[in-house]
Amino acid sequence: MKGRLNASLVSGAVLVGLVVAMALVSFVWTPHDPVLVDAGNKLHGPGDGYLLGADKFGRDTFSQLMVGARTTLYVGIVAVGIAALIGTPLGVIAGMTRWRWLSELVMRANDLVFAFPALLLAVMLGAVYGAGTLTAMIAIGVATVPAFARVARAATMQVMVTDYILAARAAGRRRLPVAFRHVLPNIGSMLIVQASVSFAIAILAEAALSFLGFGTRPPTPSWGRMLQESQELLFSTPRLALWPGLAIALAVLGFNLLGDGLRDYLDPKLRRIRAER
Amino acid sequence: MILYLLKRAAVFVLSAAVAGVLVFSFMAVLPGDPAEVALGVNATPEAVAELRKQFGTDRPAAAQFFDWFGGLATGDFGTSYVTSSPIGEQINDRLGVTAVLVGGGMLVALLIAVPAGTFAAVHHRNPLGVAISAFSQVGIAIPAFLAGILLVFVFAVQAQVLPSGGYVPLAEDPVEWFRGLLLPWLSLGLVQGAVLTRYVRSAVLDVMREDFLRTARAKGRGRMGALWRHGLRNASVPVVTVLGLQLATLLIGAVVVERVFVIPGLGDLLLNAVAGRDLLLVQGVVMVLVLAVLLINFLVDVAYAALDPRLRGAR
Repeated sequence: MKGRLNASLVSGAVLVGLVVAMALVSFVWTPHDPVLVDAGNKLHGPGDGYLLGADKFGRDTFSQLMVGARTTLYVGIVAVGIAALIGTPLGVIAGMTRWRWLSELVMRANDLVFAFPALLLAVMLGAVYGAGTLTAMIAIGVATVPAFARVARAATMQVMVTDYILAARAAGRRRLPVAFRHVLPNIGSMLIVQASVSFAIAILAEAALSFLGFGTRPPTPSWGRMLQESQELLFSTPRLALWPGLAIALAVLGFNLLGDGLRDYLDPKLRRIRAER
Repeated sequence: MILYLLKRAAVFVLSAAVAGVLVFSFMAVLPGDPAEVALGVNATPEAVAELRKQFGTDRPAAAQFFDWFGGLATGDFGTSYVTSSPIGEQINDRLGVTAVLVGGGMLVALLIAVPAGTFAAVHHRNPLGVAISAFSQVGIAIPAFLAGILLVFVFAVQAQVLPSGGYVPLAEDPVEWFRGLLLPWLSLGLVQGAVLTRYVRSAVLDVMREDFLRTARAKGRGRMGALWRHGLRNASVPVVTVLGLQLATLLIGAVVVERVFVIPGLGDLLLNAVAGRDLLLVQGVVMVLVLAVLLINFLVDVAYAALDPRLRGAR
């Protein structure tokens, strides 16, 4: 797990750190109440205690961005968690099994789930159960499972032909202990990289879902919905679209750079297995 | 080759069938009876039973499924419980609009990515090549709907040269049709172009290191000449795979972009169906989109085999 710091890693970590810091600080302090409707400050310009101005309901944009970071991270963590917990075991099993049909079955099921993008799943879940943060997280998580399964399988197959696995198998170790003692630790760095890339995609998906009204419900602030609300005021107050847009782009850029940087930092040898976008 | 195609086709049909079962059963778990919902709380049991018969929801779930799934093949998606109009027709009307949107977006993406990616690979050590790589990293971080909003701001609000939304059918006014679709195409294409540029760059870089390219150069072909003659086909194999994945992404991106630009495509139909609780319509549109993704994957496999004969025996 040794390596040299690189530009991608550092810039990615700074951007991600910024989003995390905004989210954490928002728990204890925001400049204004992010959901307080204040007709007197409707479309208040930047400055005067309102760093980035206020929206059509007089809500402070900066406070909304801070709490929005919380929503973004929350959805990302749960969605990537679901994907990793389901996808990794499936991929490892598919990569280790000596039954070709099982490996084939897992990969075909993967392809099938792949045909149901997060947005469609979220719309279906929303149509049946009513849209909200939970349905968005589940939809994004399930749609991300194939990415983890594929990377885990590819990495496992690479590890399985190494001498130390052969030695362990020759020593009579059974498959399950081999999976836990040798395979998982060795594919761990690839999974961390995948988690970072998937996190970026989850942020994009959450923003799109909130934009369409299938994500976090109002009044909880979310970057995607801030963008959606700003669209009708694009002709008069374009800054309302600028800030959440910038926040989404920087957060996604941050996680993508972090993923690229981590890949080089953690294990240059495994660079050949690309994280799945 | 034939065997490979047959195998791929079989996988496609099987996946479509399983996807159909999934979509159908998902919507079937929904609590509530469409007939009861349609008639309201004051309906008599007789009236509900009558309507249930009319909808066909009084039959076993399996029979309903085969009816629905069998109909898909002929473009019959059933009749909406809410608007009582045939769903197939509604989908058919919108499918063309979305297809044009996605096709144009893909074209924009290719027009950007192929030259930019090739340039970045050939000049991978000079600053302009590096700058292209950096730009593509930034492009990846911008979702299509955000690109759309930014483009509206620049071209509709500031420069006021293009409409901010709306759709004019081609038959009505080709010029307005084109002007209306230009920004949506760009929003989808710019972002996908940025993603694709990275793959084109690395594919061309890989090819440039191959012996056959060095041989071509040694035979006296120029750098671009050798790439054109021997490089592009070889570089296209990994790019085609990504292209397939991206077409699927574009299709979903189109759903959101249609909302930004108020374009009456499949995405618009889907979101309105959800808002109107027209579940059979939701089911139909979702199925069409899933089938499109599966079909794209199938076609990518076929293109794969056509481009690289070595892959035909594999898998």
